Amino acid sequence: MKRYYTWFPGCSCAHGGAKAYGASALSVAKALDVDLIELEDWNCCGSTPYSSIDGLAAMCAAVRNLALAEKKGLDMVTPCSCCITILKKADAQPKEYPDLKKKIDACLAAGGLEYHGTVKVRHLLDVFANDVGYKEMAAKVKVKLGDLKVAPYYGCQVVRPTPSFDDPENPQSLDRLVESLGAKPVPHPLKARCCGGSLVIPEEEIALDLVHKILEDAARNGADLIVTVCPLCQTNLDVYQSRVNKKFKTNFKLPVLFFTQLMGMAFGVDRKSLGLGTCIVSPDKVLAKATAGAKGG
Amino acid sequence: MEKKPQGSNTLLEELSSIPGAEHVRLCIQCGSCTASCPNADKMQYAPRQLIAMARAGMRDEVLSANSMWYCASCYLCTVRCPRDIKPTELMHALECISAKQRMSNPKTRTPAMYRTFADFVYSTGYVPEASFMTWFYFATNPLNAIKMIPTALSMVRHGRLSIKAKRMKPEAERQLKAILDKAEELGGAS
Repeated sequence: MKRYYTWFPGCSCAHGGAKAYGASALSVAKALDVDLIELEDWNCCGSTPYSSIDGLAAMCAAVRNLALAEKKGLDMVTPCSCCITILKKADAQPKEYPDLKKKIDACLAAGGLEYHGTVKVRHLLDVFANDVGYKEMAAKVKVKLGDLKVAPYYGCQVVRPTPSFDDPENPQSLDRLVESLGAKPVPHPLKARCCGGSLVIPEEEIALDLVHKILEDAARNGADLIVTVCPLCQTNLDVYQSRVNKKFKTNFKLPVLFFTQLMGMAFGVDRKSLGLGTCIVSPDKVLAKATAGAKGG
Repeated sequence: MEKKPQGSNTLLEELSSIPGAEHVRLCIQCGSCTASCPNADKMQYAPRQLIAMARAGMRDEVLSANSMWYCASCYLCTVRCPRDIKPTELMHALECISAKQRMSNPKTRTPAMYRTFADFVYSTGYVPEASFMTWFYFATNPLNAIKMIPTALSMVRHGRLSIKAKRMKPEAERQLKAILDKAEELGGAS
C-alpha cells in the first residue's frame, strides 16, 4: 500500500550540512513505498534561535508552513528534531492561547494565508516505526548487517517536550528499528540526552562536554557506530568528534550515521544515494567488516 | 522592623503574559529543573535559582545573566517539572525579553548567534549554514573563526558546506516578509 505525506525537509536536510539525511530519507522511503511530497515554497521553521529572539515572529514563520501544508490535507513529515518541536508548538500554541491565535491570524492574513489547526506534524522515525512498521522494514532487508553493534541515539527534541510516539526519557522505537534491520541495538543510558544542539556554534566548550559524554557512553557500551535521527546531533557527534578528541585527549573513531543511511545499507540502496561519503568519521571499515562477517557466517 | 517598599515586579508580570511562561508563579523550588539540566553547572545561576530571582524582582540580574543563553532546549526539565512550569519556555521568554531590551550579556555569544539566525530567516527564509556560520564567526570572534577553518575545510571536503544559497521564489519571499513585518508591528507574543 502506497503511503503519502507532505515532506518538510528543513534547511539542514534540504541543502545544508545534512543533505545526505534528506537524500537517504527519500531513497529508503521509496523502497518502502512511502511517497514524501515536498512542501512547495516552505521556509525555515525558525528553530530554537528565532523563538529566543522574537516569540511571535518565530511562531508566524513556522505557522506559514502549516498553512501551506493544510491545503494538501496530508500529515506533514520532517526528518529534523528541531523542526518537529517548533512546528508542533506552532500548531499547539494558538489552540491553547486565543490571544496569540488572533495575532498569528492577523499576521498570516497579511500574507493572504489562514491556518485552521488541522495539520498533524510527525517525525520520519514515527512514520517508519508506526505506519510502515518493523515487520515490513525487516522484509525489505537484502544486506545482512551481521553483528554490527549500533548505538541508537535519539537526542532530545524527537521525544520531548510534547507527548509523542515514544517515551520522553527512555525511548525504544529506534532500538526496535535497528533490530528489524538485522543489526544489534546497544543499550546506552545517555541515548535521549542532549548533544548541546546549536550551542556548539556560540558556546563550543559547553557542547563539547556534552558530546564527549555521549561518545563515551556509546563506546563504553561496545557500539561500532551511532545512528541519529537529527541533523544537529549528527553534526555535533561527527563533525566535532575530532575536537572532542583534542580537548579530552581521547581517541574516538565512532562513525555517526543517520538512521536512514543504515536503513539504506540494509535495503541494498546504492552508496551514492545514501551520501555515506559525507560522514567525517568514515563508516567504511565498520560497515565492510559487518557485511563481510554476515556473508561468511 | 522597617518594611521594604513594595515595588511591582515587572519581570514577573511580563513573564506571566507570555505563552508558555505564565506558570512561573507556581514554582515550588523543588530543583527538578536544575537537577535535569545538562548545563546547570556552567550557568551563572542554575534554573531553580533563576526562577527564584525572577520572583524576587531581580530584573536586571536575571536579564543580564548567561543562564538562559546556556539552555540547549533539551526539554528534560519540562517533562519532569511537577508544576508544569515549562522551564524551557521560560528560558526562551527570558531570552526574548533580554533580547528586546538589548540587555548586555557579556558572558555569552549565544544572543549574537541567535540574532544572526533570526536575521537570516527574515531576509532569506532559510538558514544557509555556510554563510550563516561565516557571518557569525567573523562578526563576533574572528580569532575563533580562524580556529574553525580546519573544521570548515573538512566539511567542504565531505560535501557538507555548500556555498550556493537556496532562495525562495520571489512571491513566497514577499509573502513571508509581509507576515513577519506584521508580527513586528504587533510586537511580541504577549
